[in-house]
Amino acid sequence: MRRLFLPLFFVLTVLASAQTLTVGSKKFTESYVLGEIAKKVLNDAGFQVDHRQGIGSTGIVWEALKKGDITIYPEYTGTITEEILKKPGLTTEQIQAELAKFGVRMSPELGFNDAYGLVMRKDEAAKLGITKISDLRTHPELKCGITHELLGRKDGWDPLLAKYGMNFSDVKAIDHGLGYEALAAGQTDVKDCYTTDAEIQKYNLVVLDDDLHFFPLYRAVYLYRQDMPKRAVDAIAAMAGTIKEPLMIAMNARASKDKAYGQAAVMYFQSLGQKNAKIAEENRWQKTLQLTGQHLFLVGVSLLLAIVISIPLGIVAAKPGTTSWLILSVCGVIQTIPSLALLALLVPISFFGTTPKTAIAALFLYSLLPIVRNTATGIQQIPPSLKESAEALGLSPGDRLRKIYLPMALPLILAGIKTSAVINVGTATIAALIGSGGLGDPIVKGLSLNDNPTILWGAVPAAVLALLVQLAFDLVDRAIVPKGLRLK
Amino acid sequence: MVELKGVGKRYDGHVALQPLDVSFEKGKVTALIGPSGCGKSTLLRIILGLIEPSSGSVSIAGETVTPQSAQEIRRKVGYVVQDGGLFPHLTAGQNVTLMSKTLGRQPTEIEGRLDELCELTHIERSMMQRYPAELSGGQRQRIGLMRALALKPRLLLLDEPLGALDPLVRAGLQSDLKEIFKQGDQTVVFVTHDMGEAAYLADHIVLLRSGQVVQQGSLKDFQEQPAEPFVNEFLSAQRQIGAIA
Repeated sequence: MRRLFLPLFFVLTVLASAQTLTVGSKKFTESYVLGEIAKKVLNDAGFQVDHRQGIGSTGIVWEALKKGDITIYPEYTGTITEEILKKPGLTTEQIQAELAKFGVRMSPELGFNDAYGLVMRKDEAAKLGITKISDLRTHPELKCGITHELLGRKDGWDPLLAKYGMNFSDVKAIDHGLGYEALAAGQTDVKDCYTTDAEIQKYNLVVLDDDLHFFPLYRAVYLYRQDMPKRAVDAIAAMAGTIKEPLMIAMNARASKDKAYGQAAVMYFQSLGQKNAKIAEENRWQKTLQLTGQHLFLVGVSLLLAIVISIPLGIVAAKPGTTSWLILSVCGVIQTIPSLALLALLVPISFFGTTPKTAIAALFLYSLLPIVRNTATGIQQIPPSLKESAEALGLSPGDRLRKIYLPMALPLILAGIKTSAVINVGTATIAALIGSGGLGDPIVKGLSLNDNPTILWGAVPAAVLALLVQLAFDLVDRAIVPKGLRLK
Repeated sequence: MVELKGVGKRYDGHVALQPLDVSFEKGKVTALIGPSGCGKSTLLRIILGLIEPSSGSVSIAGETVTPQSAQEIRRKVGYVVQDGGLFPHLTAGQNVTLMSKTLGRQPTEIEGRLDELCELTHIERSMMQRYPAELSGGQRQRIGLMRALALKPRLLLLDEPLGALDPLVRAGLQSDLKEIFKQGDQTVVFVTHDMGEAAYLADHIVLLRSGQVVQQGSLKDFQEQPAEPFVNEFLSAQRQIGAIA
């Protein structure tokens, strides 16, 4: 019977896991909310759904989709043509054909356009009778507060002025968030925006109609893998045209108030008439525990691998010579690679991608130097007279290493492992940049949303964890370093 | 027992040992003596294969010492260095039984041998639990001796075994060593720079200077027929304290 059960169990597991879909999202509020919506829609269609929030920027999320790390994520038509395919001006059919080459499909448009636009205070616009951008031609006196990004883009501010044939006497470069406050306070009159920014509602602003169609359209869609089950494709297709700008603005406003993306997403289902729609908000304690678990997993696995590889390397490096120099140099050079650059190097390798393997590989590489160097030094500093005694006894080279050299070098080797472990706990926060979780997750989220409490939610437990790891290793030290080496 | 033929050693042009022929008779105690840097410790290390000679060959009981054969040969030879050369992470007992355990001897046999050795070297059995850092210099030296004797070697080599000890401890150990040398039937070669110690412990003395054998024989031979003026010089330098007393 057992022989029968095991394959059956395996098949069932595979079937069950095939039904699990992974939603991805980028690191900004709207993407989180659309991710939560897709999660519930697919969930309601009978799928097990996981939402990997804020995986990264366009490039990283696109890679994750192509590789199958995620099944679906929210995207914009403008981004697809300009950034992903780099072929502006494609029709919907042409986009689908291009995406098909990567095994990806595009859903119908969700109903809103999150494009660049220009905003003014509603009352001011009404007073001057301005409803569209071409109306600005006759008001060169209006003060403009424009983001550095739009000012810097080749298809940005200057071409906009040229296309509309207008000019302003007072144009300042200003940060996106601060720009809204300046506009609301009346210090500026015109600002660039994303057309679904929550601030439009919050500050009672109006988006001017792009009547000459200067800005490319950024219509929201979902990109999904061709192999997504038909039932899921249908559920997503049914969302066509159901999210209009005002609803998206309202959801963004709700979400940026207290980062309750689920609550924001619920507004969508209520707009469809599902009065009792619910999305459970995550429990912070439970989430912290889960993130800590992921964090420890990343640190633990990478450290274990590093120990297994570094101690033999350190033993080889203990013998002065070219090999030793080479080993220590390579480990040293790895240490100088910035963690972001290392991730960027690893992600395109198909074995790694945006999986935890990448984070583990990076942490593993950073762990090598302290352990290799300390192992080598630990063996080198054994007095030559004792090395000679070991040899003179007739111990084989292997026995000398196992019974004499390594035990005598143990305190230094442990110190190296401890250094690596503590550094790893800190460095492991970068795993969140590629959606591998850990305590870096709230930090990255907090940074991209400019939300300090969220940053601290990740940073404080990470610091505490580093202290605990240090403490744990101090205890290990006492337990396994031979008493004779602690006597002075 | 030990045969050195044309054995010499040079490091980067510096001569540590002139090519020489020496043999150490089975069951005899030989002292290698001479001023610092005369090559006596180098000679001992060459016998054990710890240093490869630049010329010549060493054979122990008819077996030539080579890098390949050295490990096996060392297990049949006891080697004692100044201050014992004990491993700090092992207790005294673990130091002594290290090789027997490595070679897979029976625990009862190992324990029995440990008792014998404690008695032989006048060390209390309870000392076996201590770490080297918890022992006095004389105790460390005795434990080093126990370790060298653990496998009942046919050849015992001692490199200034009493060099680091104060005079009282030294005197006690000298008489114990004499006892031990007498009891066993092993061949003994020890290095010292003290002619009194050499005369007291050894049947045969080899005097070295600048990597060359000056004279060998008994103390009496040295006194009555010095090979060259250096022999007299060395003896009188050693006898100064006795002369004052």
